Amino acid sequence: MQFWIIQTLNSVALGGLLFLLSSGFSLIFGLMRIPNLAHGAFFMLGAYLAATLLSQQVNFWVAALGSGLGVGVLGVAMERLVLRRLAGNEQGQVLVTLGVSFIIADMCLLVWSGDPIPVPAPAALRRPLLLFGFAFPPYRLVVLGVALAVAFTLYLVMERTRLGAMIRAGVDDMEMARGVGIPVTRLFTIVFLLGAALAGAGGCLGGPILNAYPGLDADMLPLALIVVILGGAGSLLGALLGSFIVGFIYNFGIALVPDLAYFVLFLPMVLVLVFMPNGLFGRMPQ
Amino acid sequence: MSVSAPVKNLGASPALEICGLAKRFGGLPATKDVSLAVMAGERRLIIGPNGAGKTTLFNLVTGDIKADAGSVKLFGRELLGLPTQRRVQLGLARTYQILTLFAGESLIHNVVLSLLGRHRARLDPWRPLASRRQLYDAALAALEGVGLAGSSGRRVAETSYGERRRLELAMALAQRPRVLLLDEPLAGLSQEERRTVGDLMQKIAREITIVMIEHDMDTALGLAERITVLHHGEVVVEGTRAEVVADPRTKEVYLGD
Amino acid sequence: MTRRIFIATLVAAMLLLPVVIRNDYYVNLATQILIAALLAQSLNVLLGQGGMVSLGHAAYLGIAGYGCVLLTLSSFNQLTSAVGAVLLGTTAAALFGVLALRASGLGFLMITLALGQIVWGVAYRWNDLTGGDNGIRYPARPSPFGIDLAGAGRFYYFTLVIWALATYAIFRLSRSAFGASLRGTRDQPRRMRMLGHNVWLIRWFAFVLSGFWASIASLLDVYYNLFISPHALSLQQSAEMLLMAILGGANTLAGPVVGAALITLVKNVVSTYVDRWNSLLGVLFVGVVVFMPHGLVPGATALMERLRRSAVRAKFLSGADAAGATK
Repeated sequence: MQFWIIQTLNSVALGGLLFLLSSGFSLIFGLMRIPNLAHGAFFMLGAYLAATLLSQQVNFWVAALGSGLGVGVLGVAMERLVLRRLAGNEQGQVLVTLGVSFIIADMCLLVWSGDPIPVPAPAALRRPLLLFGFAFPPYRLVVLGVALAVAFTLYLVMERTRLGAMIRAGVDDMEMARGVGIPVTRLFTIVFLLGAALAGAGGCLGGPILNAYPGLDADMLPLALIVVILGGAGSLLGALLGSFIVGFIYNFGIALVPDLAYFVLFLPMVLVLVFMPNGLFGRMPQ
Repeated sequence: MSVSAPVKNLGASPALEICGLAKRFGGLPATKDVSLAVMAGERRLIIGPNGAGKTTLFNLVTGDIKADAGSVKLFGRELLGLPTQRRVQLGLARTYQILTLFAGESLIHNVVLSLLGRHRARLDPWRPLASRRQLYDAALAALEGVGLAGSSGRRVAETSYGERRRLELAMALAQRPRVLLLDEPLAGLSQEERRTVGDLMQKIAREITIVMIEHDMDTALGLAERITVLHHGEVVVEGTRAEVVADPRTKEVYLGD
Repeated sequence: MTRRIFIATLVAAMLLLPVVIRNDYYVNLATQILIAALLAQSLNVLLGQGGMVSLGHAAYLGIAGYGCVLLTLSSFNQLTSAVGAVLLGTTAAALFGVLALRASGLGFLMITLALGQIVWGVAYRWNDLTGGDNGIRYPARPSPFGIDLAGAGRFYYFTLVIWALATYAIFRLSRSAFGASLRGTRDQPRRMRMLGHNVWLIRWFAFVLSGFWASIASLLDVYYNLFISPHALSLQQSAEMLLMAILGGANTLAGPVVGAALITLVKNVVSTYVDRWNSLLGVLFVGVVVFMPHGLVPGATALMERLRRSAVRAKFLSGADAAGATK
């Protein structure tokens, strides 16, 4: 029973992390039609930044904000300096994000070297909670809580604010949005900032669970892709549900059949592609 | 107001028979219960103000969009549910309002691609295309038919708009279709070019049934035998040229609203 | 005329390389270039001719490669293993093609990437089967018709023959009816459907052929290295192949070869001095896409054309000057 509790909590925590990772990816993809292949690297950089900040005795939550901000700024730089020059060339934009991901990953290797670096959870959350005779890792619950809070906030932003309305309009019909005077270029920058910051902060939050190590980017990127393939691009609900589905499958896969975890992940993606090519909720851009 | 088409029963099945065709985009009905029948060899003109649903109708017939309800029969054969290329194999061809030619290729290559569409060996990955002389001869003949044989080697990007429209016609005719849908074939052409293309259309053999969308009344009326007037996705008036021109509802459609 | 001389010199150089350059290191480098070129050429069937960007191409490289190694280690003879490996790789391509072609454009790209990463993940984690990160050794190079290929020069010629045959086949493909249809679907898929072509089938067929040639290249790779590891399947590998095709010029047949030669040389030279190949790869990617999207080969031919024309003009002008000066 203890095993199932731990694994379930691990799964929801992973799901929460995946949501932080893929919500940004989904927004960027839905609005700008760019699958940001540097998104995994953003996540990893966030984890590394957090490790460094925490080693300087910075408060964990401040570190999370710091990581988010740091990665967010990098994201904006990438958007303005490189992606904007390739406006209209979607294929080119994807390829440069791939190039940037290699640069970020290699720079992380240079700065932080090849050994995995632990990212300590806040001290208060390290000791297991004892309830009903079972031990609950509190940090994972907190991660879930943060992810849900972020999801709710994003929902409010998307549904209740002008910014959200503009984003939704852009996701639905870019030409129309441009036509009615929505400042599309500024919107792109904001969404990219938001997406990158979410990934960076996600990296910090994921640090205590995953550690910061070279290759974290390559591990996370396909998971984000699968979430978006399952949940559809530009759909927050799809990203949320997709994240938890992938979190559960991946986590239980690793725990029960470690050799075949990726394969187990493969199956739902195949099923969705075969029967529902638009994902569960959104649109797969053609 | 909706009028059902008076179908002349000659005992032969219509070349193109549309029954109760409907399509909504989100909340908007673009095509509402459209029925019409075009007999073999007929020249049918479809007119209507902008937004009447003319191109949508074509797209439903070709399979570019999926219909919500209704049926489309090509010489008795149901087309709905079949993929576009299957409908083409059954004898449907179409030109587009906005040119979609292979701009970087020569005129003759464009026609060859058209001919390949129904050619046995179109998936052959080994034999050089250039060695298929019959294909190129047929392509040249198609270009000759529209007066472009002299420019066969020129790239599309180097030709005039009028020449491109004629190329498109050549490509469609090269398919030897049974039913040819022409979506604004005269759009954007100069007075002289309109006459040239109009003449070409007059010369098209009767084996090919033509359904045409056009705004340019002068040329189009000369070609049309029966006219269908669409408005807000419905058939409003239908009949011979004389009938439709005389009908007060036709004027209403264009002047009302 | 100059073009013929150029090609003849190139062919002669390729044929005589091991004879003239007796240094094994450089001969092996040439072999690596040929293998990389074939991989890039196989990808370019999809990219340049089909207009489809696949970021999971290394998957077939890996599936065929691991297939070859595992079959041989299971006591199948080398020829059978090779055939089996190519079959595995091509079948994988056929299957992945069906999945990836549920979308087009960016959706296609994402699906190929996800598929490639999943295959990599399986190779990386399924320790019992693949040895995980440690990889598996391949016992020895094959001896076709009894010829021993252990030496650098011999193996180079073996690779050259296979590469030349594959290049010829891909050349014929580009000139064939299928090649024309494929490029048609790249340029105007909607029009192609309206002309009667089965666009899905054309794309899928291109996918399968691309996977077939990648599988052949992967055999060469295994024979050359006598080793396979998950790195062969990595996203970095797929990205390198893509970069080779784009750098050289995806719209040409020679482009991927030129790109492969350049990237392989730079990679080898850079790696001896510094560890930052990945950063350089990233920078090259960004640089090429932003500044040279059509690649080097079209750029070089355009440059040569401009030089030729200005040489002609200079000649004309100097002639006119001379005529003027005599007055």
